[in-house]
Amino acid sequence: MIDTQEFEPIAPDQGPQVRRSLKANPGPADRFFRGAVRGGGVAVLAIMLLVGSFLAYRGWQALHKAGLSFFTTQDWNPDAGRFGIAAVIVGTVLIAVVAIVVAMPLALGMALYISEYAPGRIKSWMTSTVDLMAAVPSVVYGLWAVTLFEWKADSLSKWISDWFGWIPIFKVDGVKRHDPLASMTRYTSSTFIAGIVVGIMVTPIACAIMRQAFSQAPAGEREGAYALGATRWGMIRSVVLPFGQGAIIGGTMLGLGRALGETIAVVMIISPVFQIRLHVLQNGTSSVSSLIALRYGEASPFGISALMAAGLVLFAFTLGVNFVAASIVARSRSGAVSEV
Amino acid sequence: MTTVDTSPATTSTTTSTAAAPPRTTLPPRTPPSGQQARRQLGTLRTTDLLAFFGALAASATMTGLLWTQIAPFTGLVGYVVTTWCLGVVLYAVLTSFDENRPTVWARVAAVIVHSLAALVVAVLAFIVVYTFIKGWKAVVHSNFYTQDMRSTGPRDPLTDGGARHAIVGTLIEVGIALAITVPLGLVTAVFLHEIPGRFSRFVRTVVDAMTALPDVIAGLFIYATLILILGVEQSGLAAATALAVTVLPIIIRASDVVLRLVPGGLTEASYALGSPQWRTVRRVTLPTARAGLATAVILGAARAIGETSPVLLTAGATDHTNTDPVHGPMMSLPLMAYSKIETGQPNEMARGFGAAAVLLVVVLVLFVIGRIIGGRGAGQLTSRQLRRRTAASQRDRRRYDERHIAAAPGNGTHPADTGG
Repeated sequence: MIDTQEFEPIAPDQGPQVRRSLKANPGPADRFFRGAVRGGGVAVLAIMLLVGSFLAYRGWQALHKAGLSFFTTQDWNPDAGRFGIAAVIVGTVLIAVVAIVVAMPLALGMALYISEYAPGRIKSWMTSTVDLMAAVPSVVYGLWAVTLFEWKADSLSKWISDWFGWIPIFKVDGVKRHDPLASMTRYTSSTFIAGIVVGIMVTPIACAIMRQAFSQAPAGEREGAYALGATRWGMIRSVVLPFGQGAIIGGTMLGLGRALGETIAVVMIISPVFQIRLHVLQNGTSSVSSLIALRYGEASPFGISALMAAGLVLFAFTLGVNFVAASIVARSRSGAVSEV
Repeated sequence: MTTVDTSPATTSTTTSTAAAPPRTTLPPRTPPSGQQARRQLGTLRTTDLLAFFGALAASATMTGLLWTQIAPFTGLVGYVVTTWCLGVVLYAVLTSFDENRPTVWARVAAVIVHSLAALVVAVLAFIVVYTFIKGWKAVVHSNFYTQDMRSTGPRDPLTDGGARHAIVGTLIEVGIALAITVPLGLVTAVFLHEIPGRFSRFVRTVVDAMTALPDVIAGLFIYATLILILGVEQSGLAAATALAVTVLPIIIRASDVVLRLVPGGLTEASYALGSPQWRTVRRVTLPTARAGLATAVILGAARAIGETSPVLLTAGATDHTNTDPVHGPMMSLPLMAYSKIETGQPNEMARGFGAAAVLLVVVLVLFVIGRIIGGRGAGQLTSRQLRRRTAASQRDRRRYDERHIAAAPGNGTHPADTGG
């Protein structure tokens, strides 16, 4: 009581108090540090924006000249004014879709094995193996595909087209089904082969995301499932997979984003064709990145603009896919912990 | 075991005879009657093994019958795939004789998951081994590392010519690219971590967006700006710039993640001791995250070494060893692998595979180094660092002692001694 009476009169007599500034004064050394670090950030931002805006500016010139026909023309002949990405973008998407169909089960199986089935030592070995697979240069996959895989997988292509050729996308033109004397070169350099190789390349990317999410599945819920008598697969199906749902979708989409932009392996495998070809098993396809890699050298300045426009569309694709994937991964329940 | 057995006995004695002092009664120790079988603690039973291998044998033979006698099938891949599918079905049927349905599903799921994992590992091992086998003919000759291709024709034997130009070119290009990206990337990561706010959020979003940039477009950008507009030749410098644009967002993102793992308590302790921000970053944040940052840089370098498409557009190609990054085209390992394979000549293809094998070895070595350094988490010390840290604190202790003795020569006891 006495203490409070002592302090009471001070407050009202002071009149309006000066609002204290909450800003800290960091001193010259810190101000210099913050300035330098901020300068680094600004420089990186400038570089990135320069790349983006230059791409957009040059691409826009070609887009403006071609108009809407840019999205409907299948030919690529910029100097004659006849160019468009209808064929290449369809090829790109088809290759990426085949890649995802291959990569998704492989990545899911590998991620489940690492996080649920593998014993301690093997688990860390497998994690390293997957990371190593992501570090193997794409040209190595390309070499393997073009010298060996392509010539082994054509019989698989032939088998699929023989038995499932009645489904339009598995049809191969110019070959009779079940014809034992059919020329096998019809089946090489196809969307299917390129898609499988790209799928192998993006498997580790999708797998890493899934594995991380699976290993974060809450221990309390896992043990709860076991306590209720679940088998290991029952536990996975009722706890791990629902928990990692976002990561499965997001990881697959990140892989898709990478598959859309893959260049050198695709360049080595495919034989370029500038028409929309939905028959994935048939020789000849095209993709935006391989178009750029094959045509930049002989291109006129306007041709470069046209390539940039194609690149811009591809970038918009991968950007959209990546951002949706990142938001799905971030929104999934990663980091949630159940109370035990 | 003994305590569990005795406790009810003890309580019963205390309740029944309240007057007598509590006594522990031990159960009579009877020797085990007859020979006891040792209990199996493992979950694997003989029936499981029988079911698994039985299904495998049955499917292999059934597929063999199908292949040779019934249907006109050929091909090893088809045989293996059919055997596998049939084997899974048979395994499910065999298990269902003994087990209930959830167990059957669990078994089948386990087989499928294991097979997928094994397939991934097999594919990776196959690709790596295949590259080494095909490149072996070229890489065993020492001239592969000491000569370039300037006087070697496509049909010349493998004892002539080599990949010196590509190895030198790769080192120069990646060196320049890292000299640009490592300082810039680390500074930007520190910026994103240390100065949060709307601007750094924006920078982070842009960097994230740039990781989606396909590498060939980075090459096209450098080709269109540096080479076509600014008039720089197709050279090592242009290639290094293209590599830098590709790798920069990757390094920034990886370093940003690593810096976020630094425990907040450490930096806050540093601020609480009154040290300014730059000193905290230099003495606490960066040393704590050193291992992770090194891994980020090394994996970025591995990525830069393996990139082909930016180099394809910007470096040109040559058969001469070129150590001048500013003038003239420069070769690099991935580019050499790519261009040699396109020729189709057996010896040239062997050289291409040789270049790919050397590339793979470099990437593997970098990867292993990155793993060894980055294996420990933020703030975990190696034994050497721990020794150094102990020596430093002993030095500090001695210094305090000396200061204390100098300040109060008469005083015998020391606060540090009593403090422990």
